[in-house]
Amino acid sequence: MFQRRLGGALAVVALIAAACGGGGPSSAPTGGAGGPGATSGTGASPAASLDMPTAIGDGEGALNLVIWAGYAERGASDPAYDWVTPFETATGCKVTTQDMTDSNNGVSLMQSGNYDGISASGDATTRLIQGGIVAPVNVDLLTNWPNVFPGLKGLPHNTVNGVPYGVPHGRGPNLLGYNKDVVTPAPTTWDPIWEGGSAYKGKISIYDSSIFIADAALHLMAKHPELGIKDPYQLTQAQFDEAIKLLQALNANQPTYWGTATDQQTSYTSGDVVIGTTWQYQVNLLVADKQPIEAVLPDEGSTGWSDTWMIAKAAKHPNCMYKWMDHMMSAEANAEATVWFGEAATSPQACEAAEKLSPGHCTQMHATDEAYFSKVHYWATPQQDCADSDPATTCVTQDDWVNAWTTLRGG
Amino acid sequence: MSSLAATEAAPGRPGLRRRAAAWLHARPRLQLGLLLAGPLGWLGLAYFGSLAILLLSAFWTKDSFTGNVEPFTWSLRAFQQLFAGEVYRTVAVRTIGIAALVTITDALLALPIAYYMARIASPRTRSLLVIAIVMPLWAAYLVKVYAWRTILQGHGLLEFVTAPFGIESTGLTNIANAWLVLSYLWLPYMILPVYAGFERIPASYLEASSDLGAKAGTTFRRVVLPLVFPALVAGSIFTFSLSLGDYITPDLVADAKFIGNVIYDNSALGDPPLAAAYAMLPIAIMTIYLLIARRLGAFASL
Repeated sequence: MFQRRLGGALAVVALIAAACGGGGPSSAPTGGAGGPGATSGTGASPAASLDMPTAIGDGEGALNLVIWAGYAERGASDPAYDWVTPFETATGCKVTTQDMTDSNNGVSLMQSGNYDGISASGDATTRLIQGGIVAPVNVDLLTNWPNVFPGLKGLPHNTVNGVPYGVPHGRGPNLLGYNKDVVTPAPTTWDPIWEGGSAYKGKISIYDSSIFIADAALHLMAKHPELGIKDPYQLTQAQFDEAIKLLQALNANQPTYWGTATDQQTSYTSGDVVIGTTWQYQVNLLVADKQPIEAVLPDEGSTGWSDTWMIAKAAKHPNCMYKWMDHMMSAEANAEATVWFGEAATSPQACEAAEKLSPGHCTQMHATDEAYFSKVHYWATPQQDCADSDPATTCVTQDDWVNAWTTLRGG
Repeated sequence: MSSLAATEAAPGRPGLRRRAAAWLHARPRLQLGLLLAGPLGWLGLAYFGSLAILLLSAFWTKDSFTGNVEPFTWSLRAFQQLFAGEVYRTVAVRTIGIAALVTITDALLALPIAYYMARIASPRTRSLLVIAIVMPLWAAYLVKVYAWRTILQGHGLLEFVTAPFGIESTGLTNIANAWLVLSYLWLPYMILPVYAGFERIPASYLEASSDLGAKAGTTFRRVVLPLVFPALVAGSIFTFSLSLGDYITPDLVADAKFIGNVIYDNSALGDPPLAAAYAMLPIAIMTIYLLIARRLGAFASL
């Protein structure tokens, strides 16, 4: 009996360990030269003063990455899609990865100081830069940087005073996925999810992250212009409250929340859900699995992401990370990765290479179609100053978004 | 003299060892101390040390934008947030409620099974039953939970059985799933102490009760139940505390938030101080529970 008692005690210890796992001595917010006050744009800080490397040395033999599921394939699912093994062979850097469930999770993982880099979306990049977790990148050292589409350089979510804090991986919208056998006619708007008393009660699939509040705000932007929402990530308290009301109505329709791509695949396959927010990635895998699933970018537009490979300031394998960033911008790797995930490639060379894997890839993903991407609101961090220069308005903060999400999910 | 010289002449070690043994023999307390130093040191450092850090980190500040935690800068923010948030009370009530339901369910299931095993079954049947009850403990926890997922989800075994009656699967978002699966998971932990409790009741008590004219029901109520009650409480420590601390099962089969889920979410999503502060709650609940259980004599039945 005593052993079992001990087992109970161990379970408690495990719980406690889990509870304070993320609370370990996270890397101190040192900020570094030019780090804090990053978006406020106070004077240009010359790249030289940012303590960036001037050459890439030999690989350190290992590379630890925080990634979105599907961002580092080694051919396990489909031998044609393997851009990790060639990298390891060429550089000797053994790659290990940790999937993040959402950007909040990604930031938290990076704070642990155990990783060399991350494929961060725009709602993580700003926090990582301001928190002094990631370092600026000397792009002159990266041979593939000049090829990148000009439209993907110098974007505000990963650039401070003209200094890039990473290199682009790919971009795409969050889509409305649906089971075409059940949902007829094919939806062209987000209404089936948002407009009250859903016909798909209990069968709706929703992304489980505080950033999903922006999807509600986006719907309000289209349906209720009188609320004056300009940016679904920077909301005044009144606008935010309306978005939460919409989410509570959605919650009453008992959606299934998905944390990982695999979760959502399982619930589509079992028939537990028939409609909801998704990424092209899951849809590709479900279609390959002969499931009657399709995805559409609704007329109102959508939230989306533009992902950046960033290097940790405290990276233990900085040379390997520089080599990885360069590798991920190369024609072959970028083509494979963006076709595999279902997102827009980042250079003309990658688009050309993608033709062999998926003809018309860059056209389908609108790689250079800025008009298309103007309908896509890239994930961004909610900021108290509304991320604008107007001092009069204040917006609901990131912390409040997370709290509201906890309340919505736990209530 | 010569024998002494012989001892001295023998290789130095045994002599030293023997002298040390003799020295220790005269000091039983020191002996005990040395014996326990290792495990107690481990308990002190790993267990109480982590608890202490947990307690401290609940008072650390966190940058509200970047989410960076600043150790050893103090704030009551996490606790204020916990007390202000309705959701944390809802989650606590839900968790305690399900843990209590699981405990009651397991107690009701365990009583007849354990009674049969201890008093009625032949020794052969009894050992078969013990094996049957312990067997699920050999399978990994996650394997069992995922097995339940395939049973409960759409197109699953449960729907296969209920579909002819027009009952559709509620999928994996039903809170009742958490109750069902947790009751299944922790049942052996209730049966075994109760079984041991029944075994300890001398047969002569039951005979005396019936000799004095008590019917079976009266004997059970007035003799058996009071005697086996401490064992029930002992079993309930497991079922209650394991349910209270679980966060994987509610997430996987019910998509429900328990205390553990909120703690996990906050440690994974960048608010470790809040997670630490909330973790005080299950610790407090279990401390109180264990104190009551001790009063009820449960520890003597373990």
